[in-house]
Amino acid sequence: MLLRHTHTEILPREALTVNPAKTCQPVGAMYASLGIHNCLPHSHGSQGCCAYHRSALTRHYREPVMAATSSFTEGSSVFGGQANLIQAIDNIFTTYDPDIIAVHTTCLSETIGDDLYQITNKAVKEGKVPPGKHVFHANTPSYVGSHVTGFANMTKAMALYFSKSTGVHNGRFNIIPGYVEPSDMSEIKRLAREMGIRPILFPDTSDVLNGPQTGKYKMFPQGGTPLEDLVSTGDSMGTIALGPLASADAARALDGKWHVPCRVEDLPIGLSATDRFIDALRKAAGVSVPDSITRERGQLLDIITDMHQYFYQKKVALAGDPDHLIPLVEFLVQIDMMPIHIVTGTSGKAFEKQIQALTAHLPCKVNVKAGGDMFMLHQWIKNDPVDLLMANTYGKYMAKDDDIPFVRFGFPILDRVGHSYFPTTCYRGGMRLLEKILDVLLDRMDRDAPEERFELVM
Amino acid sequence: MKMKPISILEDRKNQVFTKGDDEFDISCGKKSLAGSVSQRACVFCGSRVVLYPITDALHLVHGPIGCASYTWDIRGALSSGPELHRMSFSTDLSGTDIIYGGEKKLEKALFELIDIYRPKAAFVYCTCIVGIIGDDVAAVCKKVEAKAGIPVLPVHSEGFKGTKKDGYKAACDALFSLIDRSREEIPEKIPLSINILGEFNIGGETWIIREYYKRMGIEVVSVMTGDSRVEDFSSSHRACLNVVQCSGSLTCLAQKMEKEYGIPFIRVSYFGIEDTSKALYDVASFFPDRPDIMEKTALLVREEVAAILPELYEIKADLKGKRAAIYVGGAFKAFSLIKALKHLGMEVVLVGSQTGNKEDYALLKDMCNPGTVILDDANPLELAKYVLEKDAHLFIGGVKEKPIAYKLGLGFCDHNHERKIPLAGFEGMKNFAREIHETVSSPVWDLVPRKCFVDVLK
Repeated sequence: MLLRHTHTEILPREALTVNPAKTCQPVGAMYASLGIHNCLPHSHGSQGCCAYHRSALTRHYREPVMAATSSFTEGSSVFGGQANLIQAIDNIFTTYDPDIIAVHTTCLSETIGDDLYQITNKAVKEGKVPPGKHVFHANTPSYVGSHVTGFANMTKAMALYFSKSTGVHNGRFNIIPGYVEPSDMSEIKRLAREMGIRPILFPDTSDVLNGPQTGKYKMFPQGGTPLEDLVSTGDSMGTIALGPLASADAARALDGKWHVPCRVEDLPIGLSATDRFIDALRKAAGVSVPDSITRERGQLLDIITDMHQYFYQKKVALAGDPDHLIPLVEFLVQIDMMPIHIVTGTSGKAFEKQIQALTAHLPCKVNVKAGGDMFMLHQWIKNDPVDLLMANTYGKYMAKDDDIPFVRFGFPILDRVGHSYFPTTCYRGGMRLLEKILDVLLDRMDRDAPEERFELVM
Repeated sequence: MKMKPISILEDRKNQVFTKGDDEFDISCGKKSLAGSVSQRACVFCGSRVVLYPITDALHLVHGPIGCASYTWDIRGALSSGPELHRMSFSTDLSGTDIIYGGEKKLEKALFELIDIYRPKAAFVYCTCIVGIIGDDVAAVCKKVEAKAGIPVLPVHSEGFKGTKKDGYKAACDALFSLIDRSREEIPEKIPLSINILGEFNIGGETWIIREYYKRMGIEVVSVMTGDSRVEDFSSSHRACLNVVQCSGSLTCLAQKMEKEYGIPFIRVSYFGIEDTSKALYDVASFFPDRPDIMEKTALLVREEVAAILPELYEIKADLKGKRAAIYVGGAFKAFSLIKALKHLGMEVVLVGSQTGNKEDYALLKDMCNPGTVILDDANPLELAKYVLEKDAHLFIGGVKEKPIAYKLGLGFCDHNHERKIPLAGFEGMKNFAREIHETVSSPVWDLVPRKCFVDVLK
């Protein structure tokens, strides 16, 4: 028993997080920065932060993840990190030659009060930033929010820093995909194009963190939102922000700055949330939904109806990020499953209220906690067992300990492949989610069936 | 075919050498340059990995959530008993804690955890932020220790206070404090006894080594730290000899124990046939008045070597003449790897470390063939460039190097602390040979456009 340390009695914990269901802001900021073409993320803090974040992303994507660090020393912690950052900017442009450096802060540089505006301006004045190149930053103190907050802050920073308005519409739509996989970003782009929309998707990690094996190592892969597109976001007809927590700030910033009207939608996970996304695209661009998309929707619905008997009242435990969990819970409830334990590491009362509303009619008690941890989820599971667990890789301890069918979902996934290539968003992503859920549920039935009841056709 | 040159930062020029071409005066032990994409980690990381395998102690990370998230169950340090070390505990400091200080929270967290888990000791890891906001962690530890009746030890591992090496030292300080205060009041030496230092039971390596010593008639008093229990340390001071592996991490503890308890130490490596045999012989010869021990050792080495040689010869036939690149944390590991690879008929064409010192590099130079590239604190561009230039078939490194090697289309062996397969001892050499064979001789490399020389920058 790996998690034999989980006891069933739930005692109040005030000062502790045990087995976290989140990580800190900078890793989210680093991930978002990788979604800009020819951009090198830069961590303004100790070396370890950068090493940990790169390792975490490398393990999740199985791709080289590049980022530089200010390599803080005791001196910089006392006298400020200005000298380090200016030297870093100089070194990075000299050695690695990116077009853009996206700086994010850490708990250390935030607490000592480094003023990043002032430092980057000084670097520009001192000629450390070559013409046509850019340095921008996001404040991402690790002691506030979570990795999702970091992603949101970096996305907002890129919108504010790069966007310009020429006063003439570019005929395009901004889509902010939220903290999703490269595969999801491709899928969202594909659907938008299918609708006849030319999207500016930012950030866009597709073809950055799901690149092909080419026999070459490219420090800056071909993907990522191009600089011109980021600049052009101020001229777009509108912005659709997917996932309120990760994307709304950036969308509103563009609205505030350039009056680009925005709509904030849930991440398109499951049937209804994808419907809302498609509807938002349709209304925004004044187009009709092509048959090809209606067909995809029908295929998802077909799996749901074909297999609905296996979903009936199955209890589910979930850990993940708020933007993912809200549409996921909606989807699971819709197909007759019962999400009864739901934990996110990111704090926020609104999350709990939304989940409570989505699950209000279920005939059982539902536990939900924002700012919770995996330990709490495990305790809930021990007290009220479930038929299915969906969580990031760390869920596997609980799955093994309590022998629960387990679907990996969220960040990070350290022990399986697929997430960077196959989406879980939009209709096709919904089909993949159902395939994964059904696989583990039916495998379990097969495993546990006595020989005489072992079914060939299911 | 010659590669396009990449720019090496002026200040890094003395950290890259080619044996034979350059006047050899490598500069190392330097702080990483700000702005470099360094593969190095921080002080906290160093401390965390050294103390991690004390399995019945509480390991509480005092700081924002990230540091705890990234070090949750990341090492393959196996336990034959408790697994408390595999849990992730964090004070998860938030904005208000940063303003008002985290001492109260820390105290509360310690009491809550000690109440539930009744650990035998507790380690509190200070992260960057704790050093900045000025929490008096030592005072809190003292207070909790007085009430809880177990050793509660601060580990001064603030990330910015140096490199991973400084983290080893902080861990050694804490460990020495534990040894010193838990030591029983019997000064007599335990006859024919040793402590094993710098052996972390990755994949059960400690168990293999312990078995050898048992067969030699040597008593292992305690291991620092592999499958360790707090109570093991109560008689550490009574060992006749400290046998130190992975010299980077625990030499300072050995020095301290020599000074305080008069225990001499020797440096060994348990990697590869040569080094393992030498380690065992060195220990045996420390007890010259017991020739029977040397006899048993000779017998053991003969038996063990005979058991693995046939398979090694088979593997060698396939690997002969293949070229390897090594980039590891400590230089000491590189020495053993070079010898082991030679044993398999392979040639080392690149070798580098994150934390080697001048003597280490001098020794590396002596061990290598002319033309071998020697690097200190390398970045991915340099690694990719030289690996291609030297046309290596194999890369031995850590998590961040792995996808680069695979992108370039060469075999990879993960020689770090995340693995669960033992590579130590004779048995370990067999596993190592198999792993190398598995990756180098894999037919998948025939599928990739392998020898593509490209400008790795763009």
